[in-house]
Amino acid sequence: MTIREPVPQGPLKTPFYPRVAEIDTVNQWHEWKGFSSPDALYCEDLEYFAIRNGTGVFDLSPMTKYRVTGPDALDYLNRLVTRDMAKVGVGRVAYAVWCDDQGQVIDDGTIFHLREGEYRICCQERHFAWFQAATIGFDVDIVHETEEIAGLAVQGPTSYSVLKTMGVEGLEELKPFGLIHVDFQGTEMMVSRTGFTADLGYELWIEPGKALDLWDALFEAGKEFKIRAIGTHALELARIEACYLAPYAEFLPCDETVRTGRSRSPLELGLEWLVDFKKPNFNGRRALAEEKRKGSKWQLVKLDIEGNKTADSAYIFSNSKARGEAIGFITSAAWSPVCKQNIALGTVKAPHGKPGDTVWVEIYYQREMHWNREMAQATVVDKPFWFPPRRGATPPGPY
Amino acid sequence: MTDKYDAIVVGAGHNGLVCSALLAKAGKKVLVLEANQQVGGAAITREFADGYQVSACAHLLYQLQPEVRKDLKLTARLVSKDMTTIALGDDGNHIRLKPESVEGVSDEDAEQYRIFRKRMTRFSNLLRKLFNKTPPRLGSKDFKDLMSLGQLGLDVRMLGKAEMEAFLRLIFMNIHDEVTERFESPLLKGAISLDAVLGTHLGPRSPNTMMTYLHRMAGDNGRTGSPAGGMGSVSNELAHAARAAGATIRTGMPVKRIIIENGRATGVETEAGERFDSLMVISNADPKTTLMKLIGAKHAETGFARRVSHLRAKGNAAKLHLALDGLPAIEGLSKKDYAERLVIAPDEHYVERAFNPAKYGESSPNPVVEITFPSFRDETLAPTGKHVMSAVVQYAPYALKGGWNDEAKANFLKVIIDTLAKYVPDIEQRITATELLTPADIEREFHMTGGHWHHAELSLDQFLFVRPVNGAAQYRLPIDGVYLCGAGTHPGGGVSGAAGRNAARAILSREKAA
Repeated sequence: MTIREPVPQGPLKTPFYPRVAEIDTVNQWHEWKGFSSPDALYCEDLEYFAIRNGTGVFDLSPMTKYRVTGPDALDYLNRLVTRDMAKVGVGRVAYAVWCDDQGQVIDDGTIFHLREGEYRICCQERHFAWFQAATIGFDVDIVHETEEIAGLAVQGPTSYSVLKTMGVEGLEELKPFGLIHVDFQGTEMMVSRTGFTADLGYELWIEPGKALDLWDALFEAGKEFKIRAIGTHALELARIEACYLAPYAEFLPCDETVRTGRSRSPLELGLEWLVDFKKPNFNGRRALAEEKRKGSKWQLVKLDIEGNKTADSAYIFSNSKARGEAIGFITSAAWSPVCKQNIALGTVKAPHGKPGDTVWVEIYYQREMHWNREMAQATVVDKPFWFPPRRGATPPGPY
Repeated sequence: MTDKYDAIVVGAGHNGLVCSALLAKAGKKVLVLEANQQVGGAAITREFADGYQVSACAHLLYQLQPEVRKDLKLTARLVSKDMTTIALGDDGNHIRLKPESVEGVSDEDAEQYRIFRKRMTRFSNLLRKLFNKTPPRLGSKDFKDLMSLGQLGLDVRMLGKAEMEAFLRLIFMNIHDEVTERFESPLLKGAISLDAVLGTHLGPRSPNTMMTYLHRMAGDNGRTGSPAGGMGSVSNELAHAARAAGATIRTGMPVKRIIIENGRATGVETEAGERFDSLMVISNADPKTTLMKLIGAKHAETGFARRVSHLRAKGNAAKLHLALDGLPAIEGLSKKDYAERLVIAPDEHYVERAFNPAKYGESSPNPVVEITFPSFRDETLAPTGKHVMSAVVQYAPYALKGGWNDEAKANFLKVIIDTLAKYVPDIEQRITATELLTPADIEREFHMTGGHWHHAELSLDQFLFVRPVNGAAQYRLPIDGVYLCGAGTHPGGGVSGAAGRNAARAILSREKAA
């Protein structure tokens, strides 16, 4: 008789789940690539302000992770993503996008150059089939290691002080997009100065067995620094302030689209700085070169909108009367508490959407059951809404 | 010191020769590099036993395009033309198939055959029109692509409502359903089934074998010939035409790689380490060999490399050459019948059963055979009074379980001789030498992936707009400066020269447009 391993039922639990569940009072969870992940834990607003005024701790263990090794690892990645990975040295992290042959974005993520010839791709979606197909012709190994690494985002002005108090060494020299390997209670822990909040912040990566010890040590060290666990809603607000892209919001992974024209190229997402045409070959190069020559169809915009009604799902018009066809639509919107601005990300038809342009957003909002409509003027801005100097300061200041 | 050429053609197969001849005629400085000592690729004549010569791979000419003949002023003298296909019955009652008629069957079958062939002629003419054109790009808004697609639609529509419906129904069908609906003679059903599956990894019940039948017929409406001096003479004539036009052909020069620098082709390097420069490299090799071995998949984009790696190219046809000390006796055949094409495919089920084991990596215990005696009309091929038999034998799967070792080959040879002996009782006594080429041998000797005649399986998903794959169906790879001109491209294999000609024309018209 064979005894089968029990098959887990329902969403998986991350290594930090026992601690996160303990704090949770609102019981709002969603599924993230098979794992339970909290929307919020006690109060979205307080969680958000932890990120901007103290330290917010987010369990990002469900992030998809692939290890890339082998003699051709660098060549492989260079053909996979649009930017030049040769410029990303050991101990550095690169934000990158990868496209299909048509130059349409499959996903974005961060690539950690862990050690010589050893990389980790970290992203929201799963891409094993594509990454595997991309190995044809390369001597490289791809291992899916999502469940082998527990991850915590530690973000906010006091995050440096928290980690220092916890005993992490070498943070003084760690620049944004740098990573170091440190000792945590006899286990190797990777610390990267990365995040999804455009604030001073770090991400900690450790084997799942040490996850709870890490959590406990972190919260112990953070007592004096306003440390709080946070859910995805708070993170999402910080993300919009930072103008970072989210799949299924600013773009759809192109392999998930059915209708033509529903995917986006890096150029259409304002990521031209990530596309290095000096590389002789990378996925999408030919199509993107053609797009650059002919012009893009869409343009991502950051909008500063008048008033205080959030512009969720709103149409964007070139005029205040909503005459003619809409030129685009909002993909993410929020009232930014820290900027005191009504902000949004959107996609508009080129050549609309140049920085400084004025557009009009058709906002629908509900007041005591009744719907109201407002045409709000919006300005296309160039820079992210939130990008404080402390994010880049090395060494970071002790708040 | 390296030489600089306008174009380098990798491989002097017949398509490579056609392509280089046409480019040279257009004033290009062309270099052709052939791995083997002889030009012609799989269309060569060579000695396989002392004094016995044979067309080593392809052995019948049924597709050479009039356009190619005309452009290159080929004569391609045939010793047998309009060959009759004689489907052998084991009792000496054979039937004879010609393009328009069949003898030896019931009146009803004869009439049905006439109707069938008339319709097939109409459809294969439609296909033949496409043979000599670059397939349009799908999804393109380019005027030429749209016109070409429109023309195809119009041609189909011009068949008339009933025939258009029949065409659209039949093209996706299998040959088994069609022959069983129409005919009663087992030999007739077997012979037509065989024509649909020769050279493919398909059985008569496999999808789209109606299309493969039409493809075979499209070359010259089913008319089959045997060139004087074997297939090698056709290739030699092509090589002569290429040289006369100014192309340089060098044999015994296997190309190791196509050099890609800064994302584009800049030349080739031979196995011997010699380098030749050209901003245009045209590969006569099959698409998989071209991308995976010669270029390196890393120089392509992922989606494209994946598509090419998924190309199906597993040959299933073996080639048997017998040196005979005299013509063997076959009951029911007259002397002159030895100049014709003989087939062993006694009924449609026999053909399917022969295919069955091939699905599981086993060779057929009762194979189907296409037999010719090329020396019968061409005494240059064998010593006086002696003869050569050249046969295509199916099924011999490329990926044979356990591999094509000596034992497997000896076993399969015995199976073939036993099969032949049922129809040709004295065959064994006549044999003085044998040569059996399995797909593994064909791959090694002729450098074709999977030993596949067509370089890539002929099927609707690898046909026309998507042959070899989407993104390379216009003879141009998505890597600057690299082109394809072999059987892996539209319209596929068979000694037609169409792929080589289309490639040359696509290259020249592209240059004009630039």
